[in-house]
Amino acid sequence: MIQFLQQLINGLALGSIYALIALGYTMVYGVLKFINFAHGDIYMVGAFVGLYVTPWVWKVIPPGQDPSKFNWNTTAGGLVVMLISMVVCAVLGILIERLVYRPLRNRPRLTVLITAIGVSIFLENFGQYLFGADPKSFPDILPDRTIDIGDLSIFMNQIVVFVTTIVLLVALRYIVMKTRMGTAMRALSYNTTAASLMGINNDVIIAFTFGLGSALAAAAGILNAINYPSIDPLMGILPGIKAFVAAVLGGIGNLPGAVVGGLLLGVLETMVVGYISPMYRDAIAFAALIFILLFRPNGLFGKIEKEKV
Amino acid sequence: MLQIRDLHVNYGAITALHGINIDVPKGSIVTLIGANGAGKSTTLRAVSGITRAQKGSIVFDGEEIVHLAPHKIVGRGLCHVPEGRMIFANLSVMENLLMGAYRRNDRKAFGGDLDYIFDIFPRLKERKAQSAGTLSGGEQQMLAIGRALMSKPRCLMLDEPSLGIAPLLVKTIFEKIVEVNKNLGITVLLVEQNANLALEISQFGYVLETGRIILSDASAKLREDPQVKECYLGG
Ligand SMILES: Nc1ncnc2c1ncn2[C@@H]1O[C@H](COP(=O)(O)OP(=O)(O)OP(=O)(O)O)[C@@H](O)[C@H]1O
Ligand SMILES: [Mg+2]
Repeated sequence: MIQFLQQLINGLALGSIYALIALGYTMVYGVLKFINFAHGDIYMVGAFVGLYVTPWVWKVIPPGQDPSKFNWNTTAGGLVVMLISMVVCAVLGILIERLVYRPLRNRPRLTVLITAIGVSIFLENFGQYLFGADPKSFPDILPDRTIDIGDLSIFMNQIVVFVTTIVLLVALRYIVMKTRMGTAMRALSYNTTAASLMGINNDVIIAFTFGLGSALAAAAGILNAINYPSIDPLMGILPGIKAFVAAVLGGIGNLPGAVVGGLLLGVLETMVVGYISPMYRDAIAFAALIFILLFRPNGLFGKIEKEKV
Repeated sequence: MLQIRDLHVNYGAITALHGINIDVPKGSIVTLIGANGAGKSTTLRAVSGITRAQKGSIVFDGEEIVHLAPHKIVGRGLCHVPEGRMIFANLSVMENLLMGAYRRNDRKAFGGDLDYIFDIFPRLKERKAQSAGTLSGGEQQMLAIGRALMSKPRCLMLDEPSLGIAPLLVKTIFEKIVEVNKNLGITVLLVEQNANLALEISQFGYVLETGRIILSDASAKLREDPQVKECYLGG
């Protein structure tokens, strides 16, 4: 039982990472109807931005001396690092859309898809050129501690992952459901022509969507690096693909679906690793993808949209 | 208010409009009638910018708009209610109406405008929290018109508002179009297959046939025209 609970907590922490990345896939799919395969690499860039800005942030906000004790300065510094990384990645996402995808807006979907794979390969290789190909160790930007509840041990960092994810999800929900931009985003994803007839500048909303998705991916990159502090330029590939699977699992284009899909996949993966064999760690995502495409191609929550005539 | 001059539109190899001219004077209701595939929707799409014209000029309020992006054209006060209504089925009725006001900055005035729309279409008020996809066809048409009104247009282009709607409701909707024209002073360009009704409420009419204007006259005169009677008014 304890082992199961332990695995569940680990799975949910991993799943939170997938969920944050999956949201970007699903939002961009919503407005542009294509899979931005370069999205996983934004997650990688997010981690590296964190790595490089941490010394600067620490100069301004010196962290606590004892990393095992909770310290407000360390926490504040960690949050600032994450925010900077989110902003940098949002700008990068908007730039990629502006320079690469927008000129292809009216081309066949396949052209854009192949271009996205090209962007992904570019980011990975340019990352190797810029950051070096060997893994770097990520600094302890947050106080690390284990909390023992009976036999169950929870890492402080896992709690940070949960809390941050929940805060980001609540913020995202507010933006998408309550603000003018968010409503326009939903309108645009339903019907682009009608959206422009309402005076919505589609370019602005699409850029906004890329920014939002990329910021979430950056947050995921930082959160993951806190728990697994070794980062390299190819680290975005597998989580990127798995988050894509999570988005499909939840029904591509469906925001709550992406979150549930991500959590489900994270838990599934940890359980398989814990109870069957670590060898299947990556295979399980693809098995899930094949399964869902065979039996519920619209995902768990996807519905076939019908338009009234 | 709106002058279309020598407008040409092609879809690839198909020419949908071969240089048409239309004038919509300020404050009037002008109708454009014609058979299926005549190019009526294409005309409106070109004016609102969602289909690009190959040649010609579209002047709105004294300014050329033929090269403008659709969202800018809405900003000028010209709003297009497209064929098939195109409401946002995934949004609530209220959110649809607010999307109509997307470009407006005078949020304080929204309340009054919403009241007016709910006043002419009380059904929308009852259903304002409901998802727009659950509305009936007629209610969706009301929503499409209400949403367009929220943009505070000076000119409204309606593409077949009677399409697929029960006759009684069509009558109501047409009454509201006249009301909006009279009370709010909104100029209307109305595309219709229901030529009878359209010629009844409009002052001027154009008849479009395979991409060319073949007739244009005061609506009262068109109704007496033997050719129009035979082809569009059912003999
Ligand atoms: N996207 C398109 N691609 C190719 N041809 C098109 C396209 N849209 C319209 N057409 C063609 O252009 C011509 C005019 O179409 P349009 O929709 O303007 O007609 P309409 O008068 O509105 O007809 P209806 O009364 O059936 O709505 C038709 O021959 C149609 O087949
Ligand atoms: Mg038409």
